[in-house]
Amino acid sequence: MNRRILVILPHPDDEAFGLSGALAKHVDEGAQITYACLTLGEMGRNMGIPPFANRVTLPAVRKKELEKSCEAIGIQDLRLLGFHDKTIEFEDQEQLDGKIQALLDELQPELVYTFYPGYSVHPDHDATGAAVVRTIGRLPEARRPAVRCIAFANNHEQAIGKPDIVVDITRFLESKLASIQAHRSQFQAAELLGKNQLSDEEIRQRFGTERFWTYRFA
Amino acid sequence: MQLIDPSIVQTRLDRLRDQELYIHLEMTSGAYAAHYDSSKHPAATFITNASVKYSQGSISGEGPYRVGLKTAQGWVYSEGLTHYEESEQERLILAGHDSQGKLVVALQLGREPF
Repeated sequence: MNRRILVILPHPDDEAFGLSGALAKHVDEGAQITYACLTLGEMGRNMGIPPFANRVTLPAVRKKELEKSCEAIGIQDLRLLGFHDKTIEFEDQEQLDGKIQALLDELQPELVYTFYPGYSVHPDHDATGAAVVRTIGRLPEARRPAVRCIAFANNHEQAIGKPDIVVDITRFLESKLASIQAHRSQFQAAELLGKNQLSDEEIRQRFGTERFWTYRFA
Repeated sequence: MQLIDPSIVQTRLDRLRDQELYIHLEMTSGAYAAHYDSSKHPAATFITNASVKYSQGSISGEGPYRVGLKTAQGWVYSEGLTHYEESEQERLILAGHDSQGKLVVALQLGREPF
């Protein structure tokens, strides 16, 4: 049977930088991936340069970009959970956890990817990761899927150590770059891609490795 | 989005005056401000689909522009607006984008919720 993987992240484009290479690798190895994206990133600040989207049109623009990114990675099943950007930490926890539990029940994944709660910078990232580990933590130990987390807060390694899973995704760089570029309204951000055209070597250096922490349930 | 033409925006502000409207008002430094530069103070605030009715509304400045709306009990104020959406006839969509194209401020008015 093919490996079932569930990805739970709050914003379209969260998948692109952090784990699109690892996901493309899973797909290449025959995995069946469901990506549950909690919001449409409707409060994003980037609208393209010059702006081709606005606050009103941004959700629809980002939804299309997300679909394109999933196509580039090979993700077979995209679910939009319909929450509002920036509000995950304020949502009714029961409702949030209930949606995650329903996905776990339906898909029975053996592996779940999310953000490391507390070490993922954006409040939506932390709140999403917290909801995922809270929900999975309630399951009997034998029924828990493995949880792999992305972390990138400053000084995160001081708190949670080195990543235990480091994936060389050089072979899947093309998918990763296509995933990033699918988010056309977002990806020109200078702090993410730099102002200059990168050489192949620089791209490998910067994007060729993805790092994950296996969440240890207490 | 197009660069603001104040006379067009003023016409639209006049058209929406003295009516029950929905407002989206927002200002943000971005959620990653302090992550990239610890000297930055991350702040953001928005209110979406609040009810508002103004008796006087105008756009001012040389660009970036300011908009002030006088309501029965108070004021709505927004500074730093640079762009408007030309294709929106019924609603007024205003935003301020910084030199990197990032949205910093937004003011939207419409007869239906956003």
